Amino acid sequence: MPATPTHVPEPSRTDPALIRNFCIIAHIDHGKSTLADRMLQLTGVVEQRQMRAQYLDRMDIERERGITIKSQAVRLPWAPTTGDGEGTTHVLNMIDTPGHVDFTYEVSRSLAACEGTILLVDAAQGIEAQTLANLYLALENDLTIIPVLNKIDLPAAQPEKYAAELAHIIGCDPSEVLKVSAKTGEGVAELLNKVVAEVPPPVGVADAPARAMIFDSVYDSYRGVVTYVKVVDGQLSKRERIQMMSTGAAHELLEIGVSSPEMTASDGLGVGEVGYLITGVKDVRQSKVGDTVTQLHKGATEALGGYKDPKPMVFSGLYPLDGSDYPELRDALDKLQLNDAALVYEPETSAALGFGFRVGFLGLLHLDVIRERLEREFGLDLIATAPNVVYRVIMEDGTECTVTNPSEFPTGKIAEVYEPMVRATVLAPSEFVGAIMELCQSRRGNLLGMDYLSEDRVELRYTLPLAEIVFDFFDQLKSKTRGYASLDYEPTGEQTSELVKVDILLHGDKVDAFSAILHKDKAYAYGVRMAGKLRELIPRQQFEVPIQAAIGSRVIARETVRAIRKDVLAKCYGGDISRKRKLLEKQKEGKKRMKMVGAVEVPQEAFIAALSTDEGDSKGKK
Amino acid sequence: MPSVLPDGEPVPHDGSLPAPALAGAADRPLGFYLHVPYCATRCGYCDFNTYTATELRGSGGVLASRDNYAQTLVDEVRLARKVLGDDPRQVETVFVGGGTPTLLAAADLGRMLAAIRDEFGLADGAEITTEANPESVDPAYLAQLRASGFNRVSFGMQSARQHVLKILDRTHTPGRPEACVSEARAAGFDHVNLDLIYGTPGESDEDWQASLDAAIAAGPDHVSAYALIVEEGTQLARRIRRGEIPMTDDDVHADRYLMAEETLSAAGFGWYEVSNWATSVPGRCRHNELYWRGADWWGAGPGAHSHVGGVRWWNVKHPGAYAQALAEGRSPGAGREVLSAEDRRVERILLELRLAQGCPLELLAPAGARAAARAVSDGLLQSEPYAEGRAVLTLRGRLLADAVVRDLVD
Ligand SMILES: Nc1nc2c(ncn2[C@@H]2O[C@H](COP(=O)(O)OP(=O)(O)O)[C@@H](O)[C@H]2O)c(=O)[nH]1
Ligand SMILES: C[S@@+](CC[C@H](N)C(=O)[O-])C[C@H]1O[C@@H](n2cnc3c(N)ncnc32)[C@H](O)[C@@H]1O
Ligand code: SF4
Ligand SMILES: [Mg+2]
Repeated sequence: MPATPTHVPEPSRTDPALIRNFCIIAHIDHGKSTLADRMLQLTGVVEQRQMRAQYLDRMDIERERGITIKSQAVRLPWAPTTGDGEGTTHVLNMIDTPGHVDFTYEVSRSLAACEGTILLVDAAQGIEAQTLANLYLALENDLTIIPVLNKIDLPAAQPEKYAAELAHIIGCDPSEVLKVSAKTGEGVAELLNKVVAEVPPPVGVADAPARAMIFDSVYDSYRGVVTYVKVVDGQLSKRERIQMMSTGAAHELLEIGVSSPEMTASDGLGVGEVGYLITGVKDVRQSKVGDTVTQLHKGATEALGGYKDPKPMVFSGLYPLDGSDYPELRDALDKLQLNDAALVYEPETSAALGFGFRVGFLGLLHLDVIRERLEREFGLDLIATAPNVVYRVIMEDGTECTVTNPSEFPTGKIAEVYEPMVRATVLAPSEFVGAIMELCQSRRGNLLGMDYLSEDRVELRYTLPLAEIVFDFFDQLKSKTRGYASLDYEPTGEQTSELVKVDILLHGDKVDAFSAILHKDKAYAYGVRMAGKLRELIPRQQFEVPIQAAIGSRVIARETVRAIRKDVLAKCYGGDISRKRKLLEKQKEGKKRMKMVGAVEVPQEAFIAALSTDEGDSKGKK
Repeated sequence: MPSVLPDGEPVPHDGSLPAPALAGAADRPLGFYLHVPYCATRCGYCDFNTYTATELRGSGGVLASRDNYAQTLVDEVRLARKVLGDDPRQVETVFVGGGTPTLLAAADLGRMLAAIRDEFGLADGAEITTEANPESVDPAYLAQLRASGFNRVSFGMQSARQHVLKILDRTHTPGRPEACVSEARAAGFDHVNLDLIYGTPGESDEDWQASLDAAIAAGPDHVSAYALIVEEGTQLARRIRRGEIPMTDDDVHADRYLMAEETLSAAGFGWYEVSNWATSVPGRCRHNELYWRGADWWGAGPGAHSHVGGVRWWNVKHPGAYAQALAEGRSPGAGREVLSAEDRRVERILLELRLAQGCPLELLAPAGARAAARAVSDGLLQSEPYAEGRAVLTLRGRLLADAVVRDLVD
């Protein structure tokens, strides 16, 4: 253990030249949390005995799924043991970035708060698509990149091979790639020295009106919203009144400080410093990632660039399994929204599923995480409709509408339909190129380019309709590549497509929960699949039930549930009439749980089963 | 494995009934069901409360034994006399069922019947039935039964085909049940029934037709035809679950039922209950009708169910526990249920709708009455009786009786 650094600069009085703001870009499980733990220990901010694994990962689900959703910043004092700054205590601000594709915007804001990044790659795995995507984001932000291979203690590590791959990707010499073990601590001190030596200090105008960029905003039930900022220009001081530049809203600065790693109040924050603000707001939407904070009095007039409102890309109807849980579902969504500016929802009614909400998400992982939190933290049992994207429909008379629920797709004369597109990057061993191309082709993909990262690893770039990847694309990709492929995507606008709405009708009545918007070439397959599935799931009724898939009034697929012919217990139970009556009561209970679609009784389980994918669940693990 | 008993409230030690149960009893017929819980072997499909010698060995000791059974049952008949007190009714029907009653000596069955005659008296023209397994009787045995007062016998024929009998684990040979009918006629029985099971895995339409034809040719005046029910916990259920034998499709059951209706009615049998046909009104099983009409009967024997004036109760299932209770002078009742007015209304619909006479429409609540009107237009209830105030199932309605009941009880 190195000695605790002396002359540690205090917040608000730190020379920007001694500050290094950096983040760690890593794929899930490549060891970011473990490396952060080592840094906390090595810099002495967390005492050995308080150390628990993955100190910075707060939420349970994060911990269990190994996903870091909410980023935060830790102030670490470090006196380099070599080089120019040797012996001088520097301030390292480690900013944790969310690891997943759905949170690209949050990642980009975290990166914007840094001047450098550690590119951390598992020495036994090599780089993954999301890491590569985040690396490109870092390069766009002009960050200094420090390539690092982790887990060199593993017998399966191939440091030479992957050093060459990293060097090839970022254009450096393989010898410049650091090799560490976050587990044993080997190489971590050298890494911190290198951060001081290579990451440039932040530059800003000290005597200008304050401008601080919000890179994270977290709801805490005790303290309200905790806002993480990087001060770019000027100084923020305690007890000052501040203003959010996107909305002009003013707030009292109740507390300002730094995390080291527990929250510690300070007099203020100066140029280049990273810390937190507490203003008493109750909802993260009042303190938005990307926004600029300034003083209310004589504040800045021009905001820092790059602010964007989070825009939901994927929608799904969420319904309580038990209709009486609707108020609980609403309360739970309200609570989650406190901490999630990207979560939007509005009430929706489905003839088949009852009362629920149409909920908008940034992407699939976001959807999974929210659904899982609703079920786990709030004890709700939910039915989710198949995720869909947002369509823009232009009618022949020039009017335009936005469709977030397929059952609301307009019926009149449609001129054009626009659907959102993404640019997807797939990394995989080269033997799977054929399978990946086949999959992307079948999803209406358009190949943009292909590069060899090393002898046997390829990067494929595609544009794909978002709608084609929201359902089971990732599962398919994984199964076609024996789990080796990784995927990243980012929105790239929209395109017109020949899209149609397919309705599913039971005995002539539309089942809203099963309506889907599809490319015309895929409508038939969907219709056949759904009709077939429902035929298996819908119990026989006293009359024949036709199941139809239709585009408008044109039927494209048809199945029939034959009428039930026998529903009587013929045997007499030796006078055990009580048993017969109990059986009747049980059957009546079952009948109550049926949902009526027109005249057809459908058990709720049938809806759930019909909405689930055949290919197993699409849960996370990305 | 015998099926489980319902939950209920406890039965008092002396078996006494709440006073209202006996009010107006004189206007209702009274019957006796006597259960005989023994079989030589257990059929794979059967979940009745019955035990083989092996199953009883080491459990219940001497008390559970077949040899003492008639005496134990007589004890319960005497208990019934005490419980029913000065109820003046004579007994209209007696039905000995099982299990296999004919595993007991004919004299034992005679003693049981004699006890009822002694304690209650038998009404003029009382119907006295016993079930009999075809392989367990001969002309002498049947003559003895007849002499002791039995006038109706019911044989478990099930099928005329060897391969079907085999799947059912039946031990008799094809042809034996038909011979039993002749022997019973010769012994002087007026009424003879054959039980049939249809829809056994492996049974074809042709097999079923052959069974119907053989049963009719044997000349009974009553036929019961049951769709094979795969009861949970039975050997048959296990074999089906393991995939050793296929499950019969419900549509096949429906087709076989229609075949039964067609064949039996062409041969002069008329349905009077969903699963029962008789050549004449006197040929009907009056004891069976008593169940469906909500009349009173005392069920004696392990696991037997009784009903008196809106109180239903059932005995402990195990023959040992049963005998033990009676030996200690306690009622063998395990639990009972006092029916509410609504329970009785629901039961009446549930039970009476199964009869060719149907149930009166005045039993129905408004929602049920609307459902009945729909059922008429859907072809599930007959329109003529409906116009006269009765809900009577059509042929299609008989096959969907449980669904009709679910709608009518609303
Ligand atoms: N052998 C070895 N295992 C490591 C090392 N770093 C992390 N791990 C393990 O890799 C797994 C993922 O690490 P974690 O820090 O949670 O990764 P994160 O998802 O990037 O935060 C955990 O089981 C760690 O114990 C290392 O240097 N060597
Ligand atoms: C009380 S049982 C047994 C009588 C007698 N021991 C015998 O087997 O012949 C009366 C009738 O119920 C019918 N039965 C028994 N179990 C059945 C089942 N699981 N499904 C359909 N009918 C059944 C049989 O037709 C049987 O003859
Ligand atoms: S002989 Fe009758 S009571 Fe005995 S096991 Fe077979 S079906 Fe059941
Ligand atoms: Mg982590």
